[in-house]
Amino acid sequence: MPWLQRSTLGLIAAGLTLGLFLSPPDYQQGDSVRIMYVHVPAAWMALFCYTAMAGASAAALVWRHALAHVAARATAPIGASFTFIALASGSLWGKPMWGTWWVWDARLTSMLVLFFLYLGYIVLAGAFDDRERAQKSAAVLAIVGFVNVPIIKFSVDWWNTLHQPASVLKIDGPSIDPSMLAPLLLMAIGFATYYFWVLAIRMQDEIMAGKIRALRLRRAESEAGDRSS
Amino acid sequence: MRRTLLILRRDLRLALRQGSDSFAAVMFFVMAVALFPFGVGPEPNMLARIGSGILWVTALMASMLALERLFQNDYDDGSLELLALAPLPLEAVVIAKIAAHWIATALPLIAAAPVLALLLHAPAEILAPLALALLLGTPTISLLGAVGAALIIGSRRGGVLLSLLVLPLAIPVLIFGVGAVEAALMGLPARPYFLVLAAFLLAALPLCPWAAAAAIRQALE
Amino acid sequence: MTPFQAFLSMGGYAGYVWPSFAIAALALGALLFASLRSRKATAAELDALETQAGEEASET
Repeated sequence: MPWLQRSTLGLIAAGLTLGLFLSPPDYQQGDSVRIMYVHVPAAWMALFCYTAMAGASAAALVWRHALAHVAARATAPIGASFTFIALASGSLWGKPMWGTWWVWDARLTSMLVLFFLYLGYIVLAGAFDDRERAQKSAAVLAIVGFVNVPIIKFSVDWWNTLHQPASVLKIDGPSIDPSMLAPLLLMAIGFATYYFWVLAIRMQDEIMAGKIRALRLRRAESEAGDRSS
Repeated sequence: MRRTLLILRRDLRLALRQGSDSFAAVMFFVMAVALFPFGVGPEPNMLARIGSGILWVTALMASMLALERLFQNDYDDGSLELLALAPLPLEAVVIAKIAAHWIATALPLIAAAPVLALLLHAPAEILAPLALALLLGTPTISLLGAVGAALIIGSRRGGVLLSLLVLPLAIPVLIFGVGAVEAALMGLPARPYFLVLAAFLLAALPLCPWAAAAAIRQALE
Repeated sequence: MTPFQAFLSMGGYAGYVWPSFAIAALALGALLFASLRSRKATAAELDALETQAGEEASET
């Protein structure tokens, strides 16, 4: 998909140019606010990928469409990467702003759980010799995990308001200026096209791998047939 | 209903006769809790402060131990296939097996928890909230764990995989379970926490057996 | 301080800003690279299998 490749590279290049050179530093956070241009789009994509994965899994279970399984499976590592980026860049942003690498607040904890869910999905999808079974088990997990994301967010919210004063964490959303919004959106769309680009690559890979398995199976069958005749 | 009870009795008898799984879980629970004073120091105030968290987390780990074999044994010897063919809905079978698992492993844990809490210098007034929170929370963990146990039937690395799947899902129960005990510790009303734990249980009660039964059917296909 | 040095120092936040971008670039780049390489290997394998199957079909 050359057009996906071109738009991904173009959008991210434009987003980086605007974000690193042309957007002003924040009046409170200074230049550290530029971390936002990777952090926020990555966090959005982390949630988007999980939604896509759960949706594809549900579609695969309901309509038994093989391509939906392939899409869900190909999405998992991309979503895990975005979640990792969001966690790591958030940590690097938190250190200068809040004075700590990590806080057990609602946002961070639910993102961490999302990362675990991705990892669990990937491991489960690879844990069976029987392909069909691996796909279906992983699909059930993706759907069950989707229910958990809002629950986690809500429960940790409550947990924290009781135990931790929301002093450090309350970054009053700097009413965002167009000069900051533009690079943010460019990066977000660039990340989205990156997702579709890599998704296409991974799905093509999976489909070809499926063809290889089918060819091997047919050959094994015909050899067995030759021998018996 | 009667058939469900029959399966429950069969599973309980098996658990009691082998005795190993539930005994191992309780032993693990006691040992792990006993390790904490060595790890964080025997200072009574500190232990009292973190005691409820220690008990909840180790109870969670301990219940993971026996869950791994919840369906695997029956799958290996073929009786799961027979149970799936029985006139009884598979969901009822799953509920019976979960109930048996809970009675065999979680109840001993709940019985041991107050004693261990006293060893961790927890004040006496949190013992009842702790037991009640565990009583409301552990069935939800067993239900969630059953989904995980059904998903990993026939997989290559069961035990680690099960923890990886179930522990993230159990975090809400952990948060509110510890919250109830903490509230009692600070003299606040613990009732909202119990209500939320009960709500989790009521939500998990229909959903988890259904998901676990779906996963088992796929495993048997 | 030249403007370029000022840009690199990121108002004193260089140690936080640049690693964030580096981690993102590294993670996304590595995933892309791994996906492309895996697809290439699979394509080569499929090609080999198909030509082999074609030769066998023409032999008979």
